[in-house]
Amino acid sequence: MEPALLELRGVGKRFPGVVALDGVDFSVRRGEVHALLGENGAGKSTLIKVLTGVHPADTGDFHLEGRRIRPRSPREAEELGISTVYQEVNLVPSLSVAENITLGRQPGWAGLLHWRAIRDRARRALARLDLECDVDAELGSLSVAHQQMVAIARALDTSARLLVLDEPTASLDEREVAELFKVMRKLRADGFGIVFVTHFLDQVYAVTDRMTVLRNGRLVGTYVTSELPRLALVGRMLGREISASDFAPHAAPPMETAGRTPLLSARQLGRRGVIGPLDLELQAGEVTGLGGLLGSGRTETARVLFGIDPADTGDIHVRGEPVRLRSPRDAVRLGLAFCSEDRKAEGILPNLSVRENLVLALQGKRGAFRPLARAEQEQLCAHYIQALQIKTADIETPIKNLSGGNQQKVLLARWLATQPEIILLDEPTRGIDIGAKQEIEGLIARLREQGLAVLFISSEIDEVVRTCSRVLVLRDRRLSGHAAGSGLSVENLMRLMAGTHDTP
Amino acid sequence: MTPPERTPLSARRQSVVVWPLAGLAALLVLNAVINPSFLKITLLDGHLYGVPVDILVQGSRTLLVALGMTLVIATGGIDLSVGSVVAIAGGVCAVLLQAGHGLGLTLGAALATGLAAGAINGVLVARFGLQPIVATLILMVAGRGVAQLVVDGQVVLIASPSFDFLANGFLAGLPVAPLWVGACYLATHLLVRRTALGLLVEAVGDNERASHFAGLAATRIKAMAYVFCGACASLAGILTAANVRAADAYRAGENMELDAIFAVVVGGTALSGGRFLILGTAVGALLIQTLTTTLYNLGVPPAIAPVPKAALILGVAFLQSERVNPWLTGLLRRRKEPA
Amino acid sequence: MNPALTRWRRQLPLVVTTAIFVLLFGAASLAYDGFFSLRTVTSLFTDNAFLGIAAVGMTLVIFSGGIDLSVGAVIGFTSIFTATLIEQAKVPPVLAWLIALTAGAALGGGMGALIHGFRLPPFLITLAGLFLARGAAFWINTESVGIGHDLYQRLSAFEVPLGPASLTTGALVLIGMLFIGYGIGHHTRFGRTLLAMGGNEQSALLMGLPIGAAKIGVYALNGACGALAGIVATLYTGSGNPSMGIGLELDAIAIVVIGGTLLTGGRGHLGGTLLGVLIFGTIQAAILFDGRLSSWWMRILVGALLLAFVLLQRLLLRRRAA
Repeated sequence: MEPALLELRGVGKRFPGVVALDGVDFSVRRGEVHALLGENGAGKSTLIKVLTGVHPADTGDFHLEGRRIRPRSPREAEELGISTVYQEVNLVPSLSVAENITLGRQPGWAGLLHWRAIRDRARRALARLDLECDVDAELGSLSVAHQQMVAIARALDTSARLLVLDEPTASLDEREVAELFKVMRKLRADGFGIVFVTHFLDQVYAVTDRMTVLRNGRLVGTYVTSELPRLALVGRMLGREISASDFAPHAAPPMETAGRTPLLSARQLGRRGVIGPLDLELQAGEVTGLGGLLGSGRTETARVLFGIDPADTGDIHVRGEPVRLRSPRDAVRLGLAFCSEDRKAEGILPNLSVRENLVLALQGKRGAFRPLARAEQEQLCAHYIQALQIKTADIETPIKNLSGGNQQKVLLARWLATQPEIILLDEPTRGIDIGAKQEIEGLIARLREQGLAVLFISSEIDEVVRTCSRVLVLRDRRLSGHAAGSGLSVENLMRLMAGTHDTP
Repeated sequence: MTPPERTPLSARRQSVVVWPLAGLAALLVLNAVINPSFLKITLLDGHLYGVPVDILVQGSRTLLVALGMTLVIATGGIDLSVGSVVAIAGGVCAVLLQAGHGLGLTLGAALATGLAAGAINGVLVARFGLQPIVATLILMVAGRGVAQLVVDGQVVLIASPSFDFLANGFLAGLPVAPLWVGACYLATHLLVRRTALGLLVEAVGDNERASHFAGLAATRIKAMAYVFCGACASLAGILTAANVRAADAYRAGENMELDAIFAVVVGGTALSGGRFLILGTAVGALLIQTLTTTLYNLGVPPAIAPVPKAALILGVAFLQSERVNPWLTGLLRRRKEPA
Repeated sequence: MNPALTRWRRQLPLVVTTAIFVLLFGAASLAYDGFFSLRTVTSLFTDNAFLGIAAVGMTLVIFSGGIDLSVGAVIGFTSIFTATLIEQAKVPPVLAWLIALTAGAALGGGMGALIHGFRLPPFLITLAGLFLARGAAFWINTESVGIGHDLYQRLSAFEVPLGPASLTTGALVLIGMLFIGYGIGHHTRFGRTLLAMGGNEQSALLMGLPIGAAKIGVYALNGACGALAGIVATLYTGSGNPSMGIGLELDAIAIVVIGGTLLTGGRGHLGGTLLGVLIFGTIQAAILFDGRLSSWWMRILVGALLLAFVLLQRLLLRRRAA
């Protein structure tokens, strides 16, 4: 058998405090599209960064076409024949298509550019993808899909043999995805090896030949796509095998909803290219789960409910009244609260103190001219530090000095201080240690008992089953189904995530 | 669990002031050594005179502008137009007083021009999302022209004793200008620390996205900082015009934006926004004025005075640089560890 | 999409700038007798020679997403420095110019190295550069120094006849610099790297472009442009003056923006800078011709043009994003 195009053996990489990759093997053949799959923290992006020279690996052997390699920078990887196209197109939107394809290696003499040769070269690169496109057009005037393809053309303009596509379809619509797949199939036929990272299972089954699943930095396995059923794949990604008796006890039975007005309800809520129209109800005293794999539209749904992104279709009712949410400010006034999954960028104010972070939302709600007295602030802090077991040296410590779990608790306290009726929690337990995780789960149960309506988003399926009374499952940005009562089991949820309704 | 210990907030926050204070003290000592009469304050006709009094009087205008600039910088912005606003406000005062209008109307009109200028900046930055440097550059360029338009290109003399008193008078032996500015400082302090405005401004400057997500009206807070800054600049314009008893549309407020930005940065507020400290700004403004006076006393021609300022800017920029700072702290920590 | 249309859309700001220039010049020609002449056009170049040269360098800096506040001060420094070298140290003018150009490039390169190496904001660093250069200028001499060298006499008398009008040395240098700037900005790898950097520095880095060298290079180049502008200023006035070019950096930035170059970087055209100089000059000339209009209308008009352009660019970008 001829050697694989790319062969990685025993790749290890650690970052301070984390083992990101632990002895991972990975190989790509010529003329194949190879999916790289895994949930958050599985090590996909680290593997790609190691492969493309962004972070050098600590251990492991790399072979490209049988030759030992060790890329130390993206440029070096590119010279070796490994080119990458990232999700956010890493091109310059204000320059022309031709320039974007050739920047840094423009044909010319002594630094002077030969514009006709540049255009010709760009045209040839695009023709290789069967793509028709004006090379003089400004890149920014093209659709994201076309920009993506220009990025691929740029990647192939070198002597690339291996193409890494890192979530290229994340912001494309169906037609655009189909176009991209056409290009990928053509490249496969031309003998390129393609590594394809995506969160969409349909796409995995539509275009890939083999797939490699990672979990927690370890290799789960490499499979031939057509031989691994969806349900089994989801099981491997989540680290759960299905057994018929797999029913986890859940926190509370779903309540009888007939005749009760939900605290929050949304009908046909949708946002073009982001989430498909979906119905959703949050009842007082109930935890509703929003399940689905990474990238299935969970966060996007929560953002629309909180007024961060506008909805294109549908309407939202709070306590039975129709509402218009133009900004988070409107949502907060209506008694909503939202903990973002991106704690660092969208949650904490890193240089401000624990106290300031904690009172922020309440102070914002009251307005600048009704300040909370110092004593009130300290009382609030003392209360929540005690209630949520927040570990901090004192309340004037900058929040950036706290551990992730404690930062998360401060952010929860920030919202609880506003005494919300509806709270949207997006991955509140992500990236925090097991003890803090349990405490937050306990807190959610207490909130439910106090009569709040909770929307709970988590990638951990067991946690969802443990915490929620009913669960809506999203798949590929659409509602795939819901589960409640005896239907609320790990197995059932996984089926809904995978999108297969047959029994295994 | 023991209840969290309470650390005095002010102590922690104000530790940043140590550097500019030390600089100020060093300069004063240097001056006192070179020229022992430097620190001497005399009482003449029941009025205080002396170099330190001069520094206070001269530095007060910079401080006034720097107060507004502090809030703008805290939101992560910058306002280059303050110098032009100083000139416009001065011009408005001169023209109105010459036309025989009362002091109240005059001061009100000058303040209104400052508020309007600030509102323009605020709308351009917060509403249209222009880069602060770009947005305020427009008014910086055009404002100087508007100021000249107001006074019709003339240096308009002001012969109003009550207006003159605003800047050059004495109250119970003390010069009036620093008293005014001191009052403004106090008012600003109360405005930002006795209401939640200070917290909201710092929040927006530290992480605008997170603040927006926490339900703050980030756009409005940013715009208000520019309006406040415009108001401060117009007050400084009034003082400048009263000080020289004339409105000079060409020179009034020249380089004022640089001195103000400088006072803010030296005072420990980072150009990247977030935490701000108006006490630091006050010390920074005095430090700059003392530096200018010192150089003058040392016989350095005023034209060369910018050079030490450049060195100071570079030093402060280095201390605040994200590249240099971790390296410095690392160095300090390593030195501490063996002990 | 129709290729011709896309190309036209890309040049829209340039088209708008051209239209504004034609309108302004046309209006002034109608309003004032004798304004419409070749002599008026050539004097636009002569009178704005050193400002225009500074604007060429500034355009390239702004391409890269940076800004340089020090050019006015560099002009002042170069002006008094060359004059002193020639008059007091008796250095031959050509050698003095070379020394001045090197000094300008060294100052610029130093600032570029600080900006790149320590990730310091260009605004602060070039502000420090401004103080430094202006201080050094006054340190050399607080008074202006006349230059009586033969070469200066000959160069200031030198003119290329152009029909009824003529181009002076300064105008010729400006035209030359516009061509060189255009060549660098639009036909070299260096120029395109600058635009790529200004458009998206992260992308440029991932594309493997030499960011550091380009950044240091463009500030050095701009320092040299400032020095050249200073030399041309000595030719124009026949003397060196340490207060030359105070506040000129603002006019240069305004010209670049009026020329349709995006102040945030990544998009622009040297041809726009030429038009910016012409628009700036036309307003100035028209105000002079009028005699009744006061000079401050200049500032107000330039400010209004700035506002119009910045908002127009914002609008174009928004529509594209939508």
